Amino acid sequence: MELSPFYQDLFTSLNRGLLMSIALIVPSAVGGVLIGITAGAVRTYGNRFFRTMANCYAAIFRGTPLVIQLFVLYFGLPNLGIYLTPYLAAVLGFTLCSAAYQSEYVRGALLSIKSGQYLGAQALGFTTFQTIVWIILPQAFRRAIHGCGNEIIYLIKYSSLAFIVTCIELTGAGKTVATEYFRFTEVFSIIGLYYLALVSLAIIILKKIEHRLFIPGFGHH
Amino acid sequence: MMTDKKPILRVKNITKSFGDVTILNSVSIELAKGDIKILIGPSGGGKSTFLQCINCLVMPDSGEIELDNERIQFTRKQDIYRLRQEVGMIFQDFNLFDHLTALGNITVPLRKVKKMSKKEAEQRARLELEQVGLSDKESLYPAQLSGGQKQRVAIARALAMDPKILLLDEPTSALDPTLIGEVINVIKGLAVKGMTMIMATHQISLIHNLADEILFMEDGRIVEQGPPDALLAAGNKSKSQGFCDLLNELSEVEG
Ligand SMILES: Nc1ncnc2c1ncn2[C@@H]1O[C@H](COP(=O)(O)OP(=O)(O)OP(=O)(O)O)[C@@H](O)[C@H]1O
Ligand SMILES: [Mg+2]
Repeated sequence: MELSPFYQDLFTSLNRGLLMSIALIVPSAVGGVLIGITAGAVRTYGNRFFRTMANCYAAIFRGTPLVIQLFVLYFGLPNLGIYLTPYLAAVLGFTLCSAAYQSEYVRGALLSIKSGQYLGAQALGFTTFQTIVWIILPQAFRRAIHGCGNEIIYLIKYSSLAFIVTCIELTGAGKTVATEYFRFTEVFSIIGLYYLALVSLAIIILKKIEHRLFIPGFGHH
Repeated sequence: MMTDKKPILRVKNITKSFGDVTILNSVSIELAKGDIKILIGPSGGGKSTFLQCINCLVMPDSGEIELDNERIQFTRKQDIYRLRQEVGMIFQDFNLFDHLTALGNITVPLRKVKKMSKKEAEQRARLELEQVGLSDKESLYPAQLSGGQKQRVAIARALAMDPKILLLDEPTSALDPTLIGEVINVIKGLAVKGMTMIMATHQISLIHNLADEILFMEDGRIVEQGPPDALLAAGNKSKSQGFCDLLNELSEVEG
């Protein structure tokens, strides 16, 4: 059975958009987690100066709409002589926004680690840095993992905002076809299914990671 | 007899306040190799704070610490890290690393602090686990161990660092009465091997059998000190005597 030209167009566009979405989401999710862990650790253990910097960063990126952050990165930075491609602007915006939220989960988890863990390490001659890296963070990460996974799922959905900076991903690609054929309901329903599939896949991967990191005494199983 | 051995640890006039409250008021202690000193006294007397001052987990406000005739500079991080490597500590609530197995708990300080290779560290860790009778538990996590087993892993972990002195802060008081025995046996074994120790404990059998000297702490001071035969001699009206009588009565009630 041959698909109608509309559906042929639609799926070609959507599949291309899907690839772009994935290219946006994966680096933003990984970068968000890594920067989020660093920012969360600095916000909890950093000296006054770095702690204040990291707190300001988190406050700004959690306190302003992502749309505005993307605007500033793409349309504002050229005023300072910094030109980003639409793709880079989007990835940078998503990473920084996601990391700000991740840092909050990480910080909460760090604060929940009992002081005995820190004392135990110090008593063995660990430096403060070693204690954080080898003892506190591995535990905190396991406690934060649910929150971090949730944030990645949000990220998948707000990645559709990339069209603001003219980066054509899943939603953008679908919208073009919808406008061309004037068939909005069908197109957006199908886009919704694409996102549902993406999120389901992410949930499966996150479950796998959680499973691999599982340790008796951390969360349920 | 003890005086002709030269001290390996000298702690002099340690003072510590939290806010306006003086918790330790000029407390001193000296240990020669193989000495076992036991801290007793009422709750809040400052025993834990004193032990934690000795390895600078709590930074003293003033006083001196000398290890092997080398003065520790409280402001030098390197001095403090070295001090902590050479003075092991056992806590009341174990403080095992919850995300690591029994083996991992022992290898992680060997690898990160002593910079041993993975293989060397594991060999050493297995040896120490065997010493405390837990060879078959190396791959279990703290959540899967009993309290007594956790404390024995903690002891193995401290010993693997080859400490010159071991500080023990009520090592048995978080334990179920049925599990106290296994930890006491390990500690007695250390004493037989000549381990130098300072221990806060209310365990009457440890006080009687191990102490070279008893130090009675109250309100941040050592108010009485001496060998157990003298302090606990029948008819002696010492505070330590009264305190141990109380402990005896309690253990009779329990047992
Ligand atoms: N970080 C702290 N801040 C303020 N006060 C503290 C702190 N640590 C200990 N203290 C106080 O110091 C006093 C001595 O405490 P410490 O734990 O050293 O006593 P202890 O002799 O070990 O008692 P216990 O037998 O109950 O363990 C207590 O009154 C306690 O409240
Ligand atoms: Mg105490």
